Amino acid sequence: MAEFFIENQDLIYIVVLSILLGVEVISNVPAILHTPLMSGANAIHGVVIIGAIIVMGHARSDDYLALVLGFLAVLLGTLNVVGGFVVTNRMLEMFKKKK
Amino acid sequence: MTSNLLLQLSYLIGSITFIVGLKQLSSPDSARKGNLVAAFGMGLAILGTILFHTHDGAPIGNIPWILAAMALGTVVGWLMAMKVKMTAMPQMVSFFNGMGGACAAIISIVEFHSHPHGTPGYLLVVFLGLIIGTVSFSGSIIAYGKLDEKIKDITGKLLTYINLLLLVLILAALTAAVIAPEIMGESAIWVLLALSALYGVLFVMPIGGADMPVVISLLNSFTGMAAAFGGFLYDNPVMLTGGILVGSAGTILTILMCTAMNRSLLNVIIGSFGGGGSAAGSGVKGDQVVKEINLTDTAILCAYAGKVTIVPGYGLAVAQAQHICHELEKKLEDKGVEVNFAIHPVAGRMPGHMNVLLAEADVPYPKLIEMEDINPQMNSTDVVIVVGANDVVNPAAENDPSSPIYGMPVLKVWEAKNVIVLKRSMRAGYAGIENELFFHPKTKMLFGDAKEMLGKLVGELKDL
Repeated sequence: MAEFFIENQDLIYIVVLSILLGVEVISNVPAILHTPLMSGANAIHGVVIIGAIIVMGHARSDDYLALVLGFLAVLLGTLNVVGGFVVTNRMLEMFKKKK
Repeated sequence: MTSNLLLQLSYLIGSITFIVGLKQLSSPDSARKGNLVAAFGMGLAILGTILFHTHDGAPIGNIPWILAAMALGTVVGWLMAMKVKMTAMPQMVSFFNGMGGACAAIISIVEFHSHPHGTPGYLLVVFLGLIIGTVSFSGSIIAYGKLDEKIKDITGKLLTYINLLLLVLILAALTAAVIAPEIMGESAIWVLLALSALYGVLFVMPIGGADMPVVISLLNSFTGMAAAFGGFLYDNPVMLTGGILVGSAGTILTILMCTAMNRSLLNVIIGSFGGGGSAAGSGVKGDQVVKEINLTDTAILCAYAGKVTIVPGYGLAVAQAQHICHELEKKLEDKGVEVNFAIHPVAGRMPGHMNVLLAEADVPYPKLIEMEDINPQMNSTDVVIVVGANDVVNPAAENDPSSPIYGMPVLKVWEAKNVIVLKRSMRAGYAGIENELFFHPKTKMLFGDAKEMLGKLVGELKDL
């Protein structure tokens, strides 16, 4: 346990600080923006696609399970990213023109 | 060396854009820019990964396939996002969220398939990514189906116990797989996959419409956490920051919503609050009379009022009545009536759902007034028109301790001089409880489809 903590100290710092930052950034949001915000956050966790690219990119060419699943993961991750940002943009576009 | 530097730079910029983007998304003036900023950072981090990522000295391979998958995903995702109606936004977000969850789960599966042995820390990260990603995927798909009215609620006390049992089983299997990996061997991943998928389904299944916003927000933060476990797995800072930011921000948003509905998160997770009719409306007696009002009288009442407040609810979204609502507002303003909209934070099926809908119909932003600001103005309002809202205007939340929604902040429409409730029938709202507002001395009911009735009301106003 102690070993795990010391080995992963940098990561643990990132985790803790990111948690606090997430809480801080969100805490002053007017209810009006809750839906676009949730949708924007939804697009941001699409960053998981990077993991999918890594899996796919380093899969051996004879490992068909890894290749097929990797392809699927990249596809689904892209859906999350593109769909998420486009949907959010569409919602916010409507707020924009009232200004 | 240079390529690694460029990779790390792209990740650093990506992380910064996520934080700045989220921050800008929290304010109406900068929200759109924030979304674009985050999207730019995402693009940069993806490009950096494809060009510069190496593992044991080997660069990213299979690039044609990666690009093909991304092209396909972009086209499909773009089309889906552009075609979806504003009323169907909640289920669309839920769907995209599920895709992210599935992506995280697949990463864990492939990773375990390639490296089935490792330290307990490695196994824990792989399995947690799998469990959370899978729950998020199957839960989001059920939420999508339910919001799209393709799947019906299944309720029952038994389900609560089954869910608890499943949670215990998942924890037990996880512990065994991490501490004594030899017991299940490589089948561990499939056991956990099956249990988590089933849990996601059964966890969302009994949850009623009133709780849907909370569930989507919760699943959203789940996917964030799943992405963060991927970041742990690959020592990847941009996945870590992005995932954890969403995880913690999503959790805060979820808790805010639970507070708004006077419900504990635990209650929602265990799924004990179904849409079922366990709660009898104790405040309503059988002999109470409902007063109806016709369109002409409604039009006259509104046209000669000083101030009219419209309370939109999910019924407005279902009837697609947001545009006609805006027309009613303009018509009344032409007649010198002050009109505004009272927005309950959880009206509709997502927080802010009503704002998005009304913004689509060009209702000016300053006319949308939040609950805490409008409640003190209620007693100076002449007419309140409730369009397809129910639980958010139920006085039982204030005066009936036996009611399941007791303590939830509501719009105090009964303090206005007149209340007109536009509704299709006397059916209960999503919380499944009666609403004594309908029997209130100040209340008059206008039965019919929101869009049709508001259209006719605008017509009547023209004739006045």
